[in-house]
Amino acid sequence: MAPKNSKKAAEAAPPAPESDVEMDYGSPSNEVLIDENSPQELAKKEQRIRVLPGSSATAASFEFKDEDHTLGNALRYIIMKNPEVEFCGYSIPHPSEPLMNIRIQTYEGTTASEALEKGFKDLMDLCDVVADKFVEAQIEFAEENPTEV
Amino acid sequence: MRPRHTLILIVGVNSETVTDVTSTDFPGHWPGEDHAWDISKFASTFKVKVYKNEHEETSFSLIGIDASVANAYRRILIAEIPSLAIERVYIYNNTSIIQDEVLAARLGLIPLKGGEKGLKEFLKWYRKTKEGEEPDIATDYNTIRLHLKVECTRNENAAPGERDPLKLYHNAHVYAKDLEFVPFGQQAKHFSGEDAIMSTNPDILIAKLRPGQILDIEMDAIKGQGSDHAKFSPVAPASYRLLPTITITKPILGKDAEKFARCFPKGVIGFETVTKKEAATKGSGYEGHEGEKKAVVLDAMKDTVSRECLRHAEFEGKVKLGRIRDHFIFSIESVGQWGSGELFLESVKMLRQKCEGLLSNLRDMPN
Repeated sequence: MAPKNSKKAAEAAPPAPESDVEMDYGSPSNEVLIDENSPQELAKKEQRIRVLPGSSATAASFEFKDEDHTLGNALRYIIMKNPEVEFCGYSIPHPSEPLMNIRIQTYEGTTASEALEKGFKDLMDLCDVVADKFVEAQIEFAEENPTEV
Repeated sequence: MRPRHTLILIVGVNSETVTDVTSTDFPGHWPGEDHAWDISKFASTFKVKVYKNEHEETSFSLIGIDASVANAYRRILIAEIPSLAIERVYIYNNTSIIQDEVLAARLGLIPLKGGEKGLKEFLKWYRKTKEGEEPDIATDYNTIRLHLKVECTRNENAAPGERDPLKLYHNAHVYAKDLEFVPFGQQAKHFSGEDAIMSTNPDILIAKLRPGQILDIEMDAIKGQGSDHAKFSPVAPASYRLLPTITITKPILGKDAEKFARCFPKGVIGFETVTKKEAATKGSGYEGHEGEKKAVVLDAMKDTVSRECLRHAEFEGKVKLGRIRDHFIFSIESVGQWGSGELFLESVKMLRQKCEGLLSNLRDMPN
């Protein structure tokens, strides 16, 4: 982009919306304003999960777009904690493709997608506990170590 | 390896090998042990201990969490939490000896700070576009404009025979503090006075000039994330280590105790005197050593697990080193845009948001 143009564009910009929609993410930290162009919001606009061919109710591989070890390993752990799950593993088939696969095999009585759903929920619960305890510990620390003003 | 029948939480660190590295806290792994996910059990066992909580640096322990989750937080801290950095550099004039592209790369890496509220709430993302697509329009709420205009001149008042370039010339060194923020539109409202966009470290050297050389540069800073380029990473760095354990299994006494202490960083090993009672206990290894120095563990956290003590024959079979598998000592250093404690909370929130987004994806999935 030409620098002059961008300058002009900046000056002619419409004023930013004064009040954006607020959303509560359920975690104890500050509320967040939605930014449509943020990677998180852009990601919400598309379907990022696909079931790979060859799946059955109790055994399926899910392909996640734009996810990596960050979510893959954490999700694998929490799904393995489910006693209904016979097997769970994740892989990144190729480092230059932004894809992550999760394989879930369950015992009779539940399905692979139910196990995945429970995994998401459990991981969310875990995050809530971590956030709560962290804030608690920070407050406690601040009380024990008052900073000199 | 020894056969095991129950979950062991300590990773053994031997002179050449490690043991019990992988988490085995899964249902069906150990006979008679449950290990199924239970949020109330997690809530009662999980602990956070804060050691340091400053704006620039924070240090704390997460106790009772799995490595996969602790690592997810660490990875989010480094690669996903957004921060502001210079992305586009328009060079109108550069007669310094530093090449345009090198200069641009240097400018990009300068950490910036500004009004926190403005950066988090007012400033929006500059939409990333794919090749061939029309780039997003730069506006006051997604682009921060900075100027750098410096000319080096001779200092006429310099003492004769002066050799120091800083005294001999004006503007011989160009620093990060010379970057000038140019507010557009509503930016002045959010980034003025104390909250103006500037470098966190004003003394970062950008270039060296000699009389007659000029830098005339305009820069656009945008929000980005560390996975795109390390300059967008808000931490420098975020890391964790496992809490070390040192177990002295047989007494280490006298001169050996002093040598043992020297195998560790200061403050890890201390000394006590063997008491009469200990010396009288049969099979304790203290018999006949009353009044001698013995080595005790004072603070294993300070240990670096160098394994130096395992190299000496005199300590063989007397000490066991290890690390606690679910005790993560985090250390997060912020480059200045975010508070370091707030960064961790943000990483927890982002992992949760990831799950939330994908959960709705999963529910929308065609069956």
